[in-house]
Amino acid sequence: MQSSNERPRGAGGGRESTVGDRAARDRGPAETSASPAYDDPWYDALASGWAEPAGAAAPAPAVPPARAETGAEPRAAADVYLEVQRSAAFREVRGRYRRFVVPAVVAFFVWYVVYVVAATTAPGLMARPVTGAVNVAMVAGLGQFLTTFLLTWAYARHARLRRDRAALELRWDTQELARGVRGGAS
Amino acid sequence: MTGDHQTLALLLFSTFVAVTLAITTWASRSRQGSAEEFYAGGRLFSPMENGFAIAGDYMSAASFLGISGLIALYGYDGMLYSVGFLVAWLVVLFLVAELVRNCGRFTLADVVAARMRERPVRIAAGTSSVTVSVLYLVAQMVGAGSLVALLLGGTGEAAQAWTVIGVGALMVIYVSLGGMRATTWIQIVKAVLLLGGTVALTALVLVRFHGDFDRLLLTAAERSGHGEAFLVPGLKYGGDWIARADFISLGLALVLGTAGLPHILSRFYTVPTARAARRSVVWSIGLIGGFYLMTIVLGLGAAAVVGPDAVRESNAAGNTAVPLLALDLGGGADSTGGTVLFAVVAAVAFATILAVVAGVTLASSASVAHDLYASLRRRRAEPRSEVTVARVAAVGIGAVAIALGLLARDLNVAFLVGLAFAVAASANLPVLLYSLFWRGFTTRGAVWSVYGGLVPAVLLVLLSPVVSGSPQSLFPGVDFQYFPLQNPGIVSIPLGFAAGWLGTVTSAETPDEAKHAETEVRSLTGAGAV
Repeated sequence: MQSSNERPRGAGGGRESTVGDRAARDRGPAETSASPAYDDPWYDALASGWAEPAGAAAPAPAVPPARAETGAEPRAAADVYLEVQRSAAFREVRGRYRRFVVPAVVAFFVWYVVYVVAATTAPGLMARPVTGAVNVAMVAGLGQFLTTFLLTWAYARHARLRRDRAALELRWDTQELARGVRGGAS
Repeated sequence: MTGDHQTLALLLFSTFVAVTLAITTWASRSRQGSAEEFYAGGRLFSPMENGFAIAGDYMSAASFLGISGLIALYGYDGMLYSVGFLVAWLVVLFLVAELVRNCGRFTLADVVAARMRERPVRIAAGTSSVTVSVLYLVAQMVGAGSLVALLLGGTGEAAQAWTVIGVGALMVIYVSLGGMRATTWIQIVKAVLLLGGTVALTALVLVRFHGDFDRLLLTAAERSGHGEAFLVPGLKYGGDWIARADFISLGLALVLGTAGLPHILSRFYTVPTARAARRSVVWSIGLIGGFYLMTIVLGLGAAAVVGPDAVRESNAAGNTAVPLLALDLGGGADSTGGTVLFAVVAAVAFATILAVVAGVTLASSASVAHDLYASLRRRRAEPRSEVTVARVAAVGIGAVAIALGLLARDLNVAFLVGLAFAVAASANLPVLLYSLFWRGFTTRGAVWSVYGGLVPAVLLVLLSPVVSGSPQSLFPGVDFQYFPLQNPGIVSIPLGFAAGWLGTVTSAETPDEAKHAETEVRSLTGAGAV
């Protein structure tokens, strides 16, 4: 208990422990705070959750309010997703994804359209020789291949280094919260 | 083309059929007929396996024979196709692959229906998926028929008809017995064969020119009879403005259509996680990019070694350029090397068609059973019976594709593929992107965006010179041609996006915040993914 509660406090403030305690309570009355059930990897994943993967000191999400209500089970499950969507950790993952993908899509799409339009409307430009028999058209065509390979590599690297870990932790947290809601309502 | 070629090619092709049937039996033995197993092959393929399978699904005979033939005849203009087919994968990688893997279960409609009222959306997305698949299937069947005529010399109508029927029957067996697991392994085997053949031929071409790409270009330009113009765009699409607009339209359809092809989307469900889906796309981009780079060398090699005149003499559309190149590189028509290489290329081309046809049939039978049947029935079908429906649907779609393939025998294969891409880009891509990224998207918007892309795309084709009004069209006798372009993409793709927007802003329904949150969280984190 001690060790698993210390981590979130150090990382993002005291509110994570509320999430953790709630989850612990959802496990049922038998598992009190000192029980060995805290060795459960699921609990560990949850405790290290929120705000931490982003590395930001942003406020952790509040506990879903519908948790206290009884009966409205689908509503409660939906609230979990709204809750996660508003959390700083998720916004960080989404921001990282969008900050890479939006400029990259714009860039390669414009470059491709310019290439196709130039190929059909400006043959004079495309015929300009570069070296030997290789002309601008050939360089531009092979350039499309090259940029495609480069962007693929850059995207895969960006996702692996900047997104995967945070997304995976959010996945476990979200699933655990959703499970907690479902368990609590039944 | 002598009897030797035919016998050897038939022998190799029969071996391929035997091996793939063995795979099918192995894959279907002692497996439970669950939907998970039938549509997604158990979801446990590795990224590398799935990458090869995606490449196998994507590299059709139209690419292998068609693009290199176009390059051999028209030089640079053929290369524009390879670029479009490859760049399209960035759309798939950035916007579609991971998110679709996280949100959906088996089909495109799963992703959209998660946020909307399920029934109308499933019917719409299912209809457009089946339409795209059938168009794509017909293209492959027509290709198979003409390949037989071209490669085996059996120019008779009967030989073509029996090939179409035979290919159709085989694919129904693969799909209905083996499901996704067998189909995936067939794609992998085919991708390895195709890449192996292409690498060998490319190496032979480069050896012939002592690794000097410059000399290859110069020789090709010189032998083509066009000189410099051969290496510059414009030989095929440089005519009037209509021809140029047509090409831009095709270019748009190619780059946006791939992300809406149902048989490509369903491949992402065969791996366990979004991360694996991403890595399989990276694999496939590497394989597909390398393949298209090699087709450029093959096309130029065919122009330089065989010469456009000989290519055109054998087949006006250039489809036999690669087999002729193989014959020449192997040592000529009467040598053993030439015979073997020719037979290998012919067998690889058949294998290619067969595998692609199996992949598309599986995807469309999933759409019929999982989307259309499950929605049009009063109660949801049980998973077990849904698989039975899918097996029956595979037989039905096979029959439809065989019939249409026989009817459309004289249509141009590349055109049919371009049309399938245009419909996919107009009807499937807008609804997919809107539901993944637009918070305010509604059910009406989703339905409008599917039909708003699908109907104009099909209608514009019916009114285009492809169907009537010119000597090459399907019905040369009548003239109801009101749309000048062959490919509808430049008009129908914006219409699909506009219709989705219009349907959303005019609908009284308030978008469900919680459902949007669920889609967004699930798509980016993988929470709750199956």
